[in-house]
Amino acid sequence: MFGSLSNYGDSLFDEFRRMQDEMNELFGRSPWPAGIRSVSRGTFPPINVGTTPEQVDIYLFAAGLDPKTLDISLQQNLLTVAGERKSPAEKDASYYRRERFDGAFRRVITLPEDVDPERVEARYRDGVLQIQVQRREAARPRQIEVK
Amino acid sequence: MAENKDVTTREAAEVQQREPETVLRPAVDIYEDAEGITLLADMPGVNREGLALEVDRDSLTIEGDARIETPEGMEALYADVRSTRYRRSFALSGELDTDAIKASLRDGVLSVHIPKRAEVRPRKIDVNVE
Repeated sequence: MFGSLSNYGDSLFDEFRRMQDEMNELFGRSPWPAGIRSVSRGTFPPINVGTTPEQVDIYLFAAGLDPKTLDISLQQNLLTVAGERKSPAEKDASYYRRERFDGAFRRVITLPEDVDPERVEARYRDGVLQIQVQRREAARPRQIEVK
Repeated sequence: MAENKDVTTREAAEVQQREPETVLRPAVDIYEDAEGITLLADMPGVNREGLALEVDRDSLTIEGDARIETPEGMEALYADVRSTRYRRSFALSGELDTDAIKASLRDGVLSVHIPKRAEVRPRKIDVNVE
């Protein structure tokens, strides 16, 4: 039951979790094939990307960042986010677990080609960096009226 | 002890209820010094309202719901994170003073400090030389 031994003591749930992980692994990459710039799972920070016809939203799950250390750039449709998260070890303390990321990171994300690099906004809240990029008008689906 | 049993039962029920849901396991740092044990957990997206800490004599459970703003009608293009719920439990030991536990949350990093009971803290013993 408790994390110091394993996540779930109950093997039934373990099994369920394993199956679910497999499903995620199988479907998780779609609709994108593994991109040339993609990185292995577990890389800091984890990223989600969502789209609407108007905009593309990129979420970086990076708790405990100093937003001033962030370097965000968008070249054509290539978004680069670099920064540093410091979580230095306490002196005079003995560590049992040290799983949290410490150091510099850099992630490059390929966005849809119709994003407008001139219209980007970023905000950092509760440990999530959200970058919002507008898409070009011409690329949006248009309703065509039948006369 | 009765308290602990209640917690366990409730958790099991919750797990069953949420079977299809993946629970994220927050990354933690845990260290001990002379004063007690400190736990740091990364729970990006969780604010005070979404956070729950459960402590009894034997265990500490951290739980949180990430609140992420998403525009209406958004479709996922790519996702490393497939759940908005974090949960992780730890067994505690008797020398920790769970009544004096302190927690804070900043930028998605949860910090929990559990002091040792005064009687088990290391004491400096002065040796008088006569």
